[in-house]
Amino acid sequence: MSATTVTSTLASLNSLVGGLFLLTAFAMVATRQTRGCLQLFIAQSLLLAASAFLLGAEYHTPHLYGVGIVDLISKPILVPWILNRTLTREVYAKREIDQVLNIPTSLLIALAFAVFAYFLTRPLLDAVAPQFRGANVPIGFAALLLGAYTLAVRREAVPMLLGILAMENGAFFVGILLARDLPFIIELAVASDGLIMVFVVGILVRKIQHRLGSTRIGELATLREGSASPPSPLPHDGSIAPERQNPKAV
Amino acid sequence: MLLRILANALQVLVVLLLSPLVAGVLDRLKEIIQSKRGPSVLQPYRDLWKLFHKDEVLSDRSSWLFRATPYVVFVTPIFVTLLIPVLTNYPLFLAFMADMVGVGFVLALGGFFATLGAVDTGNPYGPMGASRTRMVAFLAEPVFVIVFFTVSFVAGSTIPYIVQAHWALSAAIFLSPTHVLLMAAFFLLILAEGGRIPVDSPTGHVELAMIDESKSLEYSGTGAALMKWGGYMKLLVLMCVFLNVLVTPWGLASGQTLSAVALAIPFVALKVLILILALVVVESSLAKLRLFRISEFLGAAFVTCVAAMITQLFKV
Repeated sequence: MSATTVTSTLASLNSLVGGLFLLTAFAMVATRQTRGCLQLFIAQSLLLAASAFLLGAEYHTPHLYGVGIVDLISKPILVPWILNRTLTREVYAKREIDQVLNIPTSLLIALAFAVFAYFLTRPLLDAVAPQFRGANVPIGFAALLLGAYTLAVRREAVPMLLGILAMENGAFFVGILLARDLPFIIELAVASDGLIMVFVVGILVRKIQHRLGSTRIGELATLREGSASPPSPLPHDGSIAPERQNPKAV
Repeated sequence: MLLRILANALQVLVVLLLSPLVAGVLDRLKEIIQSKRGPSVLQPYRDLWKLFHKDEVLSDRSSWLFRATPYVVFVTPIFVTLLIPVLTNYPLFLAFMADMVGVGFVLALGGFFATLGAVDTGNPYGPMGASRTRMVAFLAEPVFVIVFFTVSFVAGSTIPYIVQAHWALSAAIFLSPTHVLLMAAFFLLILAEGGRIPVDSPTGHVELAMIDESKSLEYSGTGAALMKWGGYMKLLVLMCVFLNVLVTPWGLASGQTLSAVALAIPFVALKVLILILALVVVESSLAKLRLFRISEFLGAAFVTCVAAMITQLFKV
């Protein structure tokens, strides 16, 4: 009796986590602010860790606790730390995020993605215990698609990076339920890969900002011709480089 | 039978008499959190008392609509009170007159009359506020409808008492993603419909920036008092629907005696106080949105409640 109540409590807590996870995924599409985007990503990672712990308690697999701990250390702590170290305050000071589509349209498309995720994961659900069917697999898939969508429509570097990381979160959210016994080394490798990616993109964004004064990826539409000169305010020949002359040129 | 009539009357009295207090506590807490002292929590009662003793001035250009509006605005929340669980978790005898869609309609009737009343006078700010309220309302409408659809889908009914009993059934139902998303969507809806801060500033005094407030600018004396009181009651009624039907379906009277019903009052007051604290935090930490950003705010609410519906729809 008590075992079944514990199971059902864990399952219902896990579905609560799933609901909040979906909410953060939508909110990341809806938010306009870089800092808000980062905070939502942190919340999403915490929810992922919570789900890993709950599933670990349910299936008695220490492996999932390990996933939870790695997630807890890397995403909510190390990612913001690295971003804060590599980027300047100006990136966060911007309130408005440049976007290809406006936010209400984006939200409707996000909704279509969520429905699509539910359709897509229908066949996978046979592999899942009935009490966990509602949460992890479809919602994680939806978060993955929404992350990819964020990556596609945003034109700012940092939210795009967070989109990639949100995709990874979504994939893990599915993975902790579907592939519970994956070797632990894979989780560690993915987590460290993610951190290195954040580091590299962070430095890249810093360079871009140093060069252009903004982090708008959408404006990086022209290639500079000629030799790869070191970054300097003026090119060697003294003429004005094309992207300096007209940064918006396509 | 007599007991049910008494319980119903008590329910109406609680909403009628405690709604100014709710507004007073909200204002006071908001001022305290912004490190000011703020007016007494009884200030709304004093305002109402003062307004009821003042003369009423009516524009000679206004029609009967303008005079009827305060009464409609005042009476519609009272009608709604008869339909929703405020103190008891068993249905009182008018409960099956209308469901949650009916609640929405009755509240919308008050809003409709307030809009007509605002357009009726020559004041230029009235029609402006009225058209803005309509904008917010028609963006909020789909959210309302989808919330009701989802609720009826989950609970098999839209009668508030049955919905409330359904959430209280088990922890698995209560913690399901559908329920969580529904609560989030309805909270955003309360902020929009109650004219709270990310959508509208209830304490603003700049006519050009007003949304909800400017509709009652032309009223004075008794009319102004009734409009104000109706507004307070509407907020409390929305809070009761949110708390007693969706979020915390516990702590209501289940006994059939009058003392049990009276004992539910402190529990409900406690729940309302917690919701007020949440509102105060939201109002103090967010800024008012620009008018054309409201569509994004309510778009987010819409997406949330549709997501609630699809999580329920695809539940295996």
